[in-house]
Amino acid sequence: MTDIATMPRPVSFGRRLKRIMADRPLIPLIILLIILVVILQILRPGIVNERWLANTAKFAIPLAILAGCQTMTMLTGGIDLSVGTVATMSAFIMATQIVNQDPAVAFLLAMLPAMLIGLVNGVGVGVFRVHPLIMTLGTSLIGTGFLQVYQRTVIASGAKIPDFLNWLGTGVTYGFPNALLLFVPVAVLIVFMLNRTGFGRLLYAVGDNERAARLSGVRYWQVITALYVLSSLLAGITGLLYIGLIKAPSLSLAEPLVLPSVAAAVIGGTSIFGGRGGYTGTIIGALILTVLTTLLTILQMPEGGRRILFGFIVLFVTAAYLRIVEDR
Amino acid sequence: MSRFFRNQGWVAGLFALLIFLFVVTKLIQPGYGSGDFGSLARAVLPYAFAVAAQTVVVIAGGIDLSVAAMMALTSVTAASMMNGASEEYALFVVPFVLAMGLVLGALNGILIVVTRVPDIVVTLAMLFVLQGAALLVLGAPGGAAAEWLKASVIGTVPIPGLPDWADAWVPKALVLLVVCLCIIWIPLRRSRLGLSIYAIGSNELAAFRSGVPVARTRIIAYALSGLFAALGGLSLTISTGIGAPIPGPYLLASVAAVVLGGVALGGGKGGLLGPIIAVFVLRLVRTDLTLLAIDPNVTAIIEGAIMVAVVMFGAFITMRSRPAGATP
Repeated sequence: MTDIATMPRPVSFGRRLKRIMADRPLIPLIILLIILVVILQILRPGIVNERWLANTAKFAIPLAILAGCQTMTMLTGGIDLSVGTVATMSAFIMATQIVNQDPAVAFLLAMLPAMLIGLVNGVGVGVFRVHPLIMTLGTSLIGTGFLQVYQRTVIASGAKIPDFLNWLGTGVTYGFPNALLLFVPVAVLIVFMLNRTGFGRLLYAVGDNERAARLSGVRYWQVITALYVLSSLLAGITGLLYIGLIKAPSLSLAEPLVLPSVAAAVIGGTSIFGGRGGYTGTIIGALILTVLTTLLTILQMPEGGRRILFGFIVLFVTAAYLRIVEDR
Repeated sequence: MSRFFRNQGWVAGLFALLIFLFVVTKLIQPGYGSGDFGSLARAVLPYAFAVAAQTVVVIAGGIDLSVAAMMALTSVTAASMMNGASEEYALFVVPFVLAMGLVLGALNGILIVVTRVPDIVVTLAMLFVLQGAALLVLGAPGGAAAEWLKASVIGTVPIPGLPDWADAWVPKALVLLVVCLCIIWIPLRRSRLGLSIYAIGSNELAAFRSGVPVARTRIIAYALSGLFAALGGLSLTISTGIGAPIPGPYLLASVAAVVLGGVALGGGKGGLLGPIIAVFVLRLVRTDLTLLAIDPNVTAIIEGAIMVAVVMFGAFITMRSRPAGATP
């Protein structure tokens, strides 16, 4: 027993944990995910099976793509709160236009508002320098207004979910949800873009030190406009996927995903102040939130309680990351 | 001195715009009379308090994204407490709800000071939390308000010595608004604390070096914001007779009115009068659109577009007014 006392004490546990968190944020996240799954298995023995895994993946995928929008905008120090409205708009337009239109035309019509909202967001943030939060909140209000006007023009024609979206959103092939066919390319594209392309580097540069980026010749407004258009288009595609999963077009379809998408990106280690983070962490963040939601549903926690918890998670994680960055 | 005139000039211009809008309203609707003015004052009430809440924080150099959620929470709390209770019980409910707003606002400030996370993130997290809490208090719109409270915003205040036709133009709602704002704002503006709030908004470091207790002042500013938001929540319950857990469009409206009212988003400048007049301007524009028989949903779109445009304009002015080298 004496050798323990004489052993030189290494760096304190807290500091080491902090260093791990800062250098390899994925490891503690995966551990957290596993712990949550284990708790779930203990509370409801036998719940964790092949079907549950496919189901969890199905619900995590739309959240993960929207969280991807948040990750990219947060890297520049922004945020995109209009993703919920954009996703709802494209889903609703798709479901109502498919009745009378060719699928390709309906798809283009569905992506048009996404494109426009992204453009307005980008110009507002990039050229006029409005805070992204206020700007995207404003465009989402305007978008909801447009949707309400639009809804009354199509009440007569009714709505239906295209078979293809149904298959993509709900279908399972050999135990794998079909939604992975959409998600894997999107995820690979985002990760590749952030890590290997000039545009990705620009996002990190702008978020890390805007002034330095600008002085080194980055056209700030062009980067930001492209970013918000991309984010909106991704949100629009998510809407199409989500309508195939939920199967009930409504005017508040994707709204409940907005707050969790912010939380998923923050949990995944993307700094809300910009310049730090990546998409792999965000995907695990989305998985953690989906499992956590299942857990809270089993514990019969009401929707209000979940929102409170998500709020505190965002605050706590941001404060924790701030400490870690300050330490270095 | 020149700045004094410029600021007062802005408010005077805004007032002229308001008069102009009244004239336009009268032209559109020749029958526009005191009764319509009374309903305008009632409609303005919650917006005005939301704007007052935002103004205090913006002057102190911050921003409060949780204003609308705070109003929703205080509104549902008041509505559910008064549901089925006696008329006298409301005498207890009002101070309780106001104290709740004060405490929750102070919590915002304390979290900002203690965690050192930027105000925009803390109040965003609190937006989630307060929204969740509102849903826990009341899952769906409901509750009730005491009759004497409802009566306190309907009708006019009889002023002795004033002829009936002039008396009709003094709605109770307007008097209530002016009295509430004056009781809180005028003593504050004249006190040392008010000066400190302007000081930390103008230049935090300079304020700190001249002995202003920055942390305490910031907490008090957020507490006052919470108090105003609670007044807004109460007025919502009083004017609708119920409480609704989903926040209204008060956040964007408050920021837009603050900008339009001549309060710089950087802090340290402006007063309460400008934003309050700005709120009347924005509401009157809505009235005019309604009088022009425009579809209410389209009105919502136009209103949202105006608010976004105002915020964009404000951001543009802020960007321009900074010295060329100091752009962030």
